Amino acid sequence: MSVQPPPFFASVFARQQTRRRPARKGILVVHAILIVLTTFFALPLLLVLASSFSRESDLALYGYSLWPRHFTLDAYRFLFQDASIVVNGYGVTICVTVVGTFLSVLIMSLFAYVLARRDYRFQRLLTIFLVITMLFSGGLVSFFLVMTQLLHVQDTLLAYIVPFLVIPVNVLILRTHFKGLPIELIEAAKLDGAGEWHIFFKIIVPLSIPALATVSLLVSLAYWNDWFMGLIFITNPRLMSLQYLMYQIAQDMTLLQTTREVANVTPPTLSVLMAMAVVTIGPILLIFPFIQRFLVRGLTLGGLK
Amino acid sequence: MKLQQRFSLIKEASAPIAGWFILSVSLRRGLLRWRSTLSLTVMALPAILILLVLAYLPMAGIIVAFKNYMPYRGIFNSDWVGFQNFHFLFGTDQTWQITRNTVLMNLIFIVTGTLVALGIALLFNEIRDSSRVLFKIYQSAIFFPYFISWVIVGSFVSALLNHDSGVINRLLGSLHLPVIDWYASPQYWPLILTIVFLWKNVGFSALIYLSGIVAIDPEYYEAAQLDGASKWQQVRYITLPLLKPLIILLVILALGGIFHGDFGLFFMATGDHSALYPTTDVIDTYVYRALIKLDDFGMSSAAALYQAVVGCILVVLANWIVRCIDPDKAIF
Repeated sequence: MSVQPPPFFASVFARQQTRRRPARKGILVVHAILIVLTTFFALPLLLVLASSFSRESDLALYGYSLWPRHFTLDAYRFLFQDASIVVNGYGVTICVTVVGTFLSVLIMSLFAYVLARRDYRFQRLLTIFLVITMLFSGGLVSFFLVMTQLLHVQDTLLAYIVPFLVIPVNVLILRTHFKGLPIELIEAAKLDGAGEWHIFFKIIVPLSIPALATVSLLVSLAYWNDWFMGLIFITNPRLMSLQYLMYQIAQDMTLLQTTREVANVTPPTLSVLMAMAVVTIGPILLIFPFIQRFLVRGLTLGGLK
Repeated sequence: MKLQQRFSLIKEASAPIAGWFILSVSLRRGLLRWRSTLSLTVMALPAILILLVLAYLPMAGIIVAFKNYMPYRGIFNSDWVGFQNFHFLFGTDQTWQITRNTVLMNLIFIVTGTLVALGIALLFNEIRDSSRVLFKIYQSAIFFPYFISWVIVGSFVSALLNHDSGVINRLLGSLHLPVIDWYASPQYWPLILTIVFLWKNVGFSALIYLSGIVAIDPEYYEAAQLDGASKWQQVRYITLPLLKPLIILLVILALGGIFHGDFGLFFMATGDHSALYPTTDVIDTYVYRALIKLDDFGMSSAAALYQAVVGCILVVLANWIVRCIDPDKAIF
């Protein structure tokens, strides 16, 4: 810089220098690319949304489209009034998600806390115990045999809940967080005569709400979206989770037919399938702001260690 | 000297008293330690039991791969056949096919995933300060697919590729181009699956890279700006070199999992159409099919063991490499 501004105005000049940014056409290109990407990413969702509000006859004639030719709520009406099996599936999924998340976070946080305590006698042993499970797995057959022959959870709700109760990655995320808490906290509490359980629930947990919230979100997502456990363990239609039900219906539309005879009306199959998809994603859409807040923060901290 | 006598008496008496005091304190502390250890062990017990039953017991179950398992006979009464299942497994062309599909597709996913995620992260970085609202919108749209289950994604793909009502074929038809039977043409699916994979996962990876970019000291950029570096030069000489450790770490960890395919992707997005198996059948789908559809416990188990062993070697190798580069980032 050739001209030295007088000292008094130096700071003002400096501020002006950094604020005066010419509108770069580069920024417009960036926005353009991102808009194209956003459209591409949002496209399937729009397609399904529009199709769920379309008439079945339109779908048969004109195929899927981005905007319903004739707006109708037929598919949703059919879904919630006539297709009791779907409401049932909703109940199954909600129950499994709530119970499963609660149990899973409880068990995993207790375990992660113990793993984080350097003064615990078996800490190294248990850590190795956990890590080995991340390295080698017994495979699908063994898992299937244990669940069906030993635990006998086939065709029960436990088949959905049990497999996700301890997920090593989440345990590590929680452990990293607990390790970050000062050991003096625990020592001080012990000096005051607090027992381990008291320390954990009354001191550690209130301090760990963000980390617990992050893991809870991850776990509920796993439970809500799971279809695989239903696929291999469930045959009873009343116990089918929402996702597994969607899969079954996509394979075989006749599952939607009910005993109530509705003459001359073709069951709206394609649009109902789309409505089911919307209804399944719905809750995720609702909690998405929370996901953005906790996950984005929590994952980057835990994932990168 | 009565005082001196008393003094020496006190000294003699105090030694055992002091001794008892220290012993009782250390006993109490030892007891407290034992109680603490017990409490902590009980806390960890549910997780330990679950892992024992769901993770370690199945490890013992690999013995099924060496037996001719009959469900009605149980594991212990089924005949021992040694490596026969493995002879069958490696005797077929299919094993080579599923191995190739698994490794090749994962490799494509890793390369394209990293490049696209990095690109998006760089784009995000440009606008996250200047247009926060737009940034939130873009981020939401690109991140959202991660939360959609594979069943739904399967119906999305079907909405696009369905032979009669799918959007693509309708488009082709309106342009008077020949309509393609997507679910019967395996040659298109490596590309299709890559696009689907990117659509679902790239938002997540981009966020991780973005957090890495955000961690870079802005003083580097300010200095570069003062020296007259263009935005592109700043990216090339500051951002990318400083991100290299993170990129290498994530790539190596991903390579460790290269022998495991995403079952949801290869099963649901393809709709499990058998015509597509030549390019979309992976080890995971093969194991599933052999077990659930064909009731072939032996083959399924052999394939699963094959995958577990190779996968384990790869993960250990990957972790070792990561440990050589940056010991902090290794898993163990």
